[in-house]
Amino acid sequence: MSKDYKGMWNDLGLNIDAHDGLLAVLTDAYKGIYLSQKGRPKGMDYFDFVISEVHGLRIEELINAKEGHRKIIGTFCIFVPEELILAVDGVCIGLCSGAEVGSDQSETHIPRNTCALIKSFMGFKLSGLCPYVESADLIVGETTCDGKKKAYETFAALTGKVYVMEVPNKKSDHDMELWQAEVRKFANKLQEITSKKIELEKLKEAVKIVNNKRLALQRLSRLRGNDPAPISGLDALLVNQISFFDDPVRFTAKVNELCDELDQRVRDNTGVVVAGTPRVMIAGSPMAIPNWKLHAIIEGANAVVVAEEACVGERNYRTLLDDNFTSVEEGIDKIAQRYLTIDCACFTPNNERLDNIIAMARALKADGIIHYALLFCTIYMMESYKVQNVTKANDIPFLRIETDYSMEDMGQLKTRIEAFLEMIGR
Amino acid sequence: MKRGGIDIGSRFIKYVVITDDKDISFSKAETGHDPLSVCEQLIGDNKADKLVATGYGRHLLEVRDNVQTITEIKAVARGAKEIFPRCRTVIDIGGQDTKVIGMERDGRVRAFECNDRCAAGTGRFLEIMAKALGYDINSLGANCNGDDVSAISINSMCAVFAESEVISLINRGIKRETISRSLHSSIVYRVTALARRVEVSEDIVFAGGCARNQCLVNMFQDHFQRDILVHDHPDMLAALGAALH
Repeated sequence: MSKDYKGMWNDLGLNIDAHDGLLAVLTDAYKGIYLSQKGRPKGMDYFDFVISEVHGLRIEELINAKEGHRKIIGTFCIFVPEELILAVDGVCIGLCSGAEVGSDQSETHIPRNTCALIKSFMGFKLSGLCPYVESADLIVGETTCDGKKKAYETFAALTGKVYVMEVPNKKSDHDMELWQAEVRKFANKLQEITSKKIELEKLKEAVKIVNNKRLALQRLSRLRGNDPAPISGLDALLVNQISFFDDPVRFTAKVNELCDELDQRVRDNTGVVVAGTPRVMIAGSPMAIPNWKLHAIIEGANAVVVAEEACVGERNYRTLLDDNFTSVEEGIDKIAQRYLTIDCACFTPNNERLDNIIAMARALKADGIIHYALLFCTIYMMESYKVQNVTKANDIPFLRIETDYSMEDMGQLKTRIEAFLEMIGR
Repeated sequence: MKRGGIDIGSRFIKYVVITDDKDISFSKAETGHDPLSVCEQLIGDNKADKLVATGYGRHLLEVRDNVQTITEIKAVARGAKEIFPRCRTVIDIGGQDTKVIGMERDGRVRAFECNDRCAAGTGRFLEIMAKALGYDINSLGANCNGDDVSAISINSMCAVFAESEVISLINRGIKRETISRSLHSSIVYRVTALARRVEVSEDIVFAGGCARNQCLVNMFQDHFQRDILVHDHPDMLAALGAALH
């Protein structure tokens, strides 16, 4: 980190000693997993820098934004429309939920058998380790699973700034009505806390910013379809993880720069691995930063991850928002429509997800699919069986993994994954 | 040429050397606390021209001597196919893990399922239960001729909880042969659930140290309604597969 941020962390009420410990562990993990990779694109330097300053410079930027009367909106889910946040000059930030911290403390509020992601965000808050939660003016939850839905009640009591959007469980006309009403209510909430009115021009500009981010991430995804893969799955995952907390305009420019470099690699027919390296697509639960466990195992076994069919991944950027609207009202409806295309496992039925998985596997030339579910992430664990059936029907090798953030199952995961790679090896 | 395969398992290290005319020699030793020294000893006693490592500790040798490695899943499938050419399914119960492997006709692994992260229902589990019942591990399988187990069942596959269940059954006056039988059937129940997911076909080979347990073999035979093939050294197959790789 470029300078000493202790004063800032102190002001935010972080537990300084524990936070130092966390940063030390993360720095080591990052060195071991990321910086040791060979043939990384130069364009990753920026993202390395972002990680090195993830609790430093970026938090300082947020504090400066607050001083400029901008509101910080913390989120946990891709259902929260960033466009609306930007339209009131807010900053949209994904909150910490990808590391095993404070589980002893979170277990005094939620059951032990809760998914690692929920336990993590509770643990981060309870142990005073997440500067994002502390900087946020509003934390937006959503009803995408029972665990989160109920955990937000406790989280609201702990933070006093939680607002929950109701995501319907089906996609019929009246579900759309409910969701449109929810998006409208959220827009009103944002206008209320910022004392700003959403103007058409501002909303259009916001839509453009977020669409451009999606386009850049789509471009990165397409580039991974090349063999040899021009970028490692670990690096691409990192870019996707950073998409949730970097400034969107700067981030988009940096992703495009990275993609220019990858374009050149493709033209030169070079990559991070040799052509013919087994290509794996991951489908399932989100991998919040710094959850790099599965990618590290797969790529450590000489394969390459070419896609994440997940919220931190394709689900986040697959669909652009139709910017053809002429009033704020119409724009909000378009937002609602766009977000209800998301193929989250919280919907029933959710068959479009199966079609999307097969289409992705084909487009990215995946040799096999690993379905990844966090333990106790019931909806994705349930859907994994449907995914297994559809992969079988399409002759795509399949492996189901259920795990969490701990390292105790590393040996077994390695054996299973290596055996899977032996199976799909070309 | 002499081809060597070493299987570094959780309880034993198994070493196979196979010559060009398919003469197989097999040796094994307890893994203990210093597996590398045990490997050196085994390898030193019968040097091979080429060595492939497998098993839970395979990376130990890879890191040290740049030895090629394959997973025990691929290895045991290969070894089983060598000895039993019609084999399409392998049930492998080792010291700390259980797997069921489905193969294509040409021997390639088609699908596999493993037990979860703990040692539930594995060789280690049987060792602990044998101790609780006062049997030697080698005689446990011969001592399950108790009454039908429908009256009692061991519900827990966790070695710690199952041991408590066993102790409470002993204290209820249940004969140890009956308890033993119930323990075996709970393992079979669990393994057959894994087997259902890989779809059993054609000949089934039972590998791993637990294949010496005749009670398990009989119960699998009853369940699958066909012969279960067991090699004289069922714990040798993964090392053999590695040697042949």
